[in-house]
Amino acid sequence: MPADRMAAVEFDQVTCTFAARGGSGAYTAVKDVALTIAEGEFVSVVGPTGCGKSTLLNVTAGLLRPSSGAVKVFGEPLAGINRRAGYMFQAEGLMPWRTALANVTAGLEFRGVERAEARRRGEEWLERVGLAGFGDRYPHQLSGGMRKRVALAQMLILDPQILLMDEPFSALDIQTRQLMENELLELWSANRKSVIFITHDLEEAISLSDRVVVLSAGPATHPIGEFAIDLPRPRDVAEIRLTPRFIELHDKIWHSMKEEVLKGYAQTRNRVAG
Amino acid sequence: MKRYLRLFQAGLLLAIFAVWQVLAQPDLLPPFVWENPNRASFFFGEPVKFFQVIWEWFSGGTIYQHLWVTLQETVLAFVIGSVLGLAVGLWLGLSPMASAIMDPYITAMNAMPRVVLAPIFMVWFGLGIWSKVALGVTLVFFIVFFNVYQGVKEVSPVVLNNSVMLGANRRQLLRYVYLPSATSWVFSSLHVSVGMAFVGAVVGEYLGSAKGVGYLIQQAEGAFDINTVFAGIFVLTAFALVLDFAVGVAEKRLLVWRPTQSETEQL
Repeated sequence: MPADRMAAVEFDQVTCTFAARGGSGAYTAVKDVALTIAEGEFVSVVGPTGCGKSTLLNVTAGLLRPSSGAVKVFGEPLAGINRRAGYMFQAEGLMPWRTALANVTAGLEFRGVERAEARRRGEEWLERVGLAGFGDRYPHQLSGGMRKRVALAQMLILDPQILLMDEPFSALDIQTRQLMENELLELWSANRKSVIFITHDLEEAISLSDRVVVLSAGPATHPIGEFAIDLPRPRDVAEIRLTPRFIELHDKIWHSMKEEVLKGYAQTRNRVAG
Repeated sequence: MKRYLRLFQAGLLLAIFAVWQVLAQPDLLPPFVWENPNRASFFFGEPVKFFQVIWEWFSGGTIYQHLWVTLQETVLAFVIGSVLGLAVGLWLGLSPMASAIMDPYITAMNAMPRVVLAPIFMVWFGLGIWSKVALGVTLVFFIVFFNVYQGVKEVSPVVLNNSVMLGANRRQLLRYVYLPSATSWVFSSLHVSVGMAFVGAVVGEYLGSAKGVGYLIQQAEGAFDINTVFAGIFVLTAFALVLDFAVGVAEKRLLVWRPTQSETEQL
């Protein structure tokens, strides 16, 4: 992390242990995680499937209390829900009974913003994510990509200082996905927030981030490597994948990940077989 | 195809009435089951006669006050039963402790044949509409309650967490997430619960009242006037169909947000 910037999120030896189903034994999802994300920094966290990446985000969001260790947000220990963070979930988080516009303005409504004002800002944000004129549609009338845009606007309208994104685009097809990634970068560069972006796609991680953190396979996941991404900005996620520096970085990170991915794969396979 | 379907449906109805009329009318066919030519008509009525009764009811205007009473009872039973079911369903769905305590009582009350409560309600609420409303409420309540209870338990945890991250407090979660979600479950049981409210109203009237379509049927039965009994049954059936249609329209308007297989349009 660059030394001149303030830490937005700081993990201090965070460990999360869950009681195993059936009541016997316990499962340690993440163990002794120490990680710092600077203000305005875009950090991607990659790791094999099922390694507890989402657990880390839930801890940062305040939805989950760590079993031991602590999280500091802008220097203050986190207690309860993290009010400075916006969270974009992997699964569908929109309220199906609300229109796109009403979903975008939900957070403002919870905060008691006046209706007309909320509406005006909601429409502004819908336009910014390319959904002008779709405000009166219900989620089921929108495509997967459009629902993700609504979710993005829903989060960004509250202007959170920290964005938590849990594989937000993993359900999208590759073209829509690259479009969304470019749009995310554009929105982010206009007003730099700290981002923790979880993904299992290394290419996505490199093309978006300032830094990539590699996690070990679970259980007891912990970071095993950090790589600064010195690619120039602004970036186009589709084009940057073809540059030599990208390929070099990809090679290097993949090398350090490979063993963990294989380990994770073997575990998943054993779990399925057993 | 659709037009022919309606035609066949209407034709079938006419055919049934025609056969019924021919078999039941005295002296039209030589008696082969009954020795008395009037007996078939006495037990089964004659379609021509009970349509005459219906015609007199509507042209003379005497039926409207009875229909109005039955409608009032049905609507009141539905509204009160739904509100109670929604409230208790939300409460028990959100409070595991209360739900654990109440569980055997809920099961027992649901298992009890609630029509036997009718005499008690007569004593408590008299012969007016409220004893019928009470009976309908006991029928509607459980349908709505079980739907809401299940609905609350099945609210998507992602939608909940998302709302929490957007800043909703506990009260706002109840109002903006649990309540709309539970209401959608109420509406999904709308057809059944309106039907039950109607059953409660009519059975209540039949068991003791001074007005309502159930009362007309009970009176006619006491006088062995089988044609009027059938007339009442047909009026009730038509009334139930109209209610069901109205519910369908309301459902369509209120649940626009819910995807149905045929109308999901993806962009």
